[in-house]
Amino acid sequence: MAQNLHIDIHHITRVEGHGNIVVNAKNGVLEECRLDIVETPRFFEALLRGRPYTEASHITSRICGICAVGHATASLRATEHALGVALSEQTRLLRDLIFFGEMLDSHVLHTYMLIAPDFFGVGSVIPLAQVAANAVLRALRVKKLAGDLCAVIGGRHTHPIAMTVGGFTHLPTVEEIKALRERLILARKDMDDTITLFKTLPWPRFKRETEYIALSKPNEYAFIDGAITSTDGGSWDVTDYKTITNEHLVQHSSSKHTKHKREAYMVGALARFNVNYNFLHPKAKAAAQELGMKPVCTNPYFNSAAQIVEMVHSVEGAITVCDELIARGIKPEKPYTFSGKGGAGVGACEVPRGTLYHDYEIGDDGRIVNANCIIPTGQNLANIEADMRALVPQILDQGQDKVTLALEMLVRAYDPCISCSVHFLSVKFV
Amino acid sequence: MKPQVAFFDFTSCEGCQLTVVDSLQTHLDLLDMVEIVQFREAMSERGEDYAVAFIEGSITRESDEARLKEIRERAAVLVALGACAHIGGVNAIKNLAPLHDVRKYVYGERAEWFATYAARPISAVVKVDAFIPGCPIDREEFIRVVNALLRGIKPPIPDYPMCVECKLKENVCLFDKGGDCLGAITRAGCGAICPTYGDGCEGCRGLIPNPNRDSMQSVLAARGLTPQDVMARMTMFGSYEISKA
Repeated sequence: MAQNLHIDIHHITRVEGHGNIVVNAKNGVLEECRLDIVETPRFFEALLRGRPYTEASHITSRICGICAVGHATASLRATEHALGVALSEQTRLLRDLIFFGEMLDSHVLHTYMLIAPDFFGVGSVIPLAQVAANAVLRALRVKKLAGDLCAVIGGRHTHPIAMTVGGFTHLPTVEEIKALRERLILARKDMDDTITLFKTLPWPRFKRETEYIALSKPNEYAFIDGAITSTDGGSWDVTDYKTITNEHLVQHSSSKHTKHKREAYMVGALARFNVNYNFLHPKAKAAAQELGMKPVCTNPYFNSAAQIVEMVHSVEGAITVCDELIARGIKPEKPYTFSGKGGAGVGACEVPRGTLYHDYEIGDDGRIVNANCIIPTGQNLANIEADMRALVPQILDQGQDKVTLALEMLVRAYDPCISCSVHFLSVKFV
Repeated sequence: MKPQVAFFDFTSCEGCQLTVVDSLQTHLDLLDMVEIVQFREAMSERGEDYAVAFIEGSITRESDEARLKEIRERAAVLVALGACAHIGGVNAIKNLAPLHDVRKYVYGERAEWFATYAARPISAVVKVDAFIPGCPIDREEFIRVVNALLRGIKPPIPDYPMCVECKLKENVCLFDKGGDCLGAITRAGCGAICPTYGDGCEGCRGLIPNPNRDSMQSVLAARGLTPQDVMARMTMFGSYEISKA
């Protein structure tokens, strides 16, 4: 039995950003168990100060190459709440559609290209293409569809162009929406094949009771806006986000940690699944059943399974929105013009990795006075460490290599976006 | 033997590396042409023998310089991938304010825990052989540059302004629609994607050689932009250039 263990994984691979796993055990006792965040700080909140409000969504989308649409949306919602901008039904539908596209894009990247290699015992998607060629081609096909969808609405996926305060600077044609709809219908087969593949893979078994937090809405599986909701009970307006997140600095991480009532909480696909299961599309519920998960699921490795459930939900959701847009037609709309009156507002979205908050104060000159943003991965860091502390003693006797792989897979399951999380740290409003 | 290439990242969103991954959707044959030996965001394999190194991200702390210099020593060809590596990117906006204020605003009393200095393009630290501009990079341009590098010819990066591409697309000029744009002084190659989608050029691909910045600023002022607005337009991606001057 390996009672002594020293693990020091420098720059864990197949995650976004730079993190190290450090574990030390002596005589069967866990002495040290950390996820160090060594990413360079980028100071985005400070960058926003003094910039015109119109730039905020364009600058903050540069926080993340994976969830650029999510950052742009949360940023726009914060600005729109601050300036009292009302949205048309057409704008809501187009934002829903591009959001489904990004959810699909991010989840297919994570499940197929970053997670699946572990299940097949290979180092990356490149050797995976040798052992599971069809799966890799399917992933590339779905990712292309998701990226093309985002490009039709926003101009491109990584750093969308046309999304602006109050609407869009460019509108798709009904013909483009129809073409997307046809491809989404074909993607149903790819979703079925995805479930067939992943349900047979050897998912790690581990459970830890956890508080799950996600936005929720009365009648839909919330992605944009909603009330902050906890599986421990309770619901809060997004403007009260600080009572949930309680950010604090720890020295081994350039990203702040958060905690609510317990030592940590989790956000992301699994949290949304646990909080909002009832509002999943029936096909997504069926996918969950096939994957062997039901709420409340407390196995963090199943965050990736919840992402597959959300991929099915996003394909079906996108088809429904396309149908509505085709029936309504696309109409040009008058752009928003600034009234000369500033204000303060919070925007919240469920981006692929969990709840994202942007909080802005805008002056009467249209410039940003203060900004604060809280990133999903920052909220998950304390919970990843709590999982690591619970997991390591259970598997300590399996030896260094297996413990290392189990920990890497655990961190990857959270789909951390480390360069996001360090780019926004807490700001004291002065 | 296929040429060995590696990807590295510093201060960035990693969106340019994702664009490289996305380029495989339409150019899967790229993997027949090169062997990728290191790409931390997408691969666990870590090979240290590479001829071509692609670098994403700007340099924002002293401790990153040694790593970049080591990569420079190993690589025969070093390529700046995207605006952060090429011109400092949005990271350099922080160079416009006193560094102490920036650090304190984000980290409060614990500012000293996290090292940082003014953001710089990688060319401020090591010799750069080629660059692929943009935030993010254009995936077709990435393929063209890889093709050129494999043949040992100069990468085909345009040195004319973006307006040329915008005119070829027959877009109505944003200035005629009440907007504004940096297309007249910004390097082409993106297919004028931002104006095509109704938004003015942000200058993410950097300046053309010999840009007439004064004239650009008067055109923006004539459009009704305040000096502060003109400064904002010019500095979303141009901060390093301006803070250096």
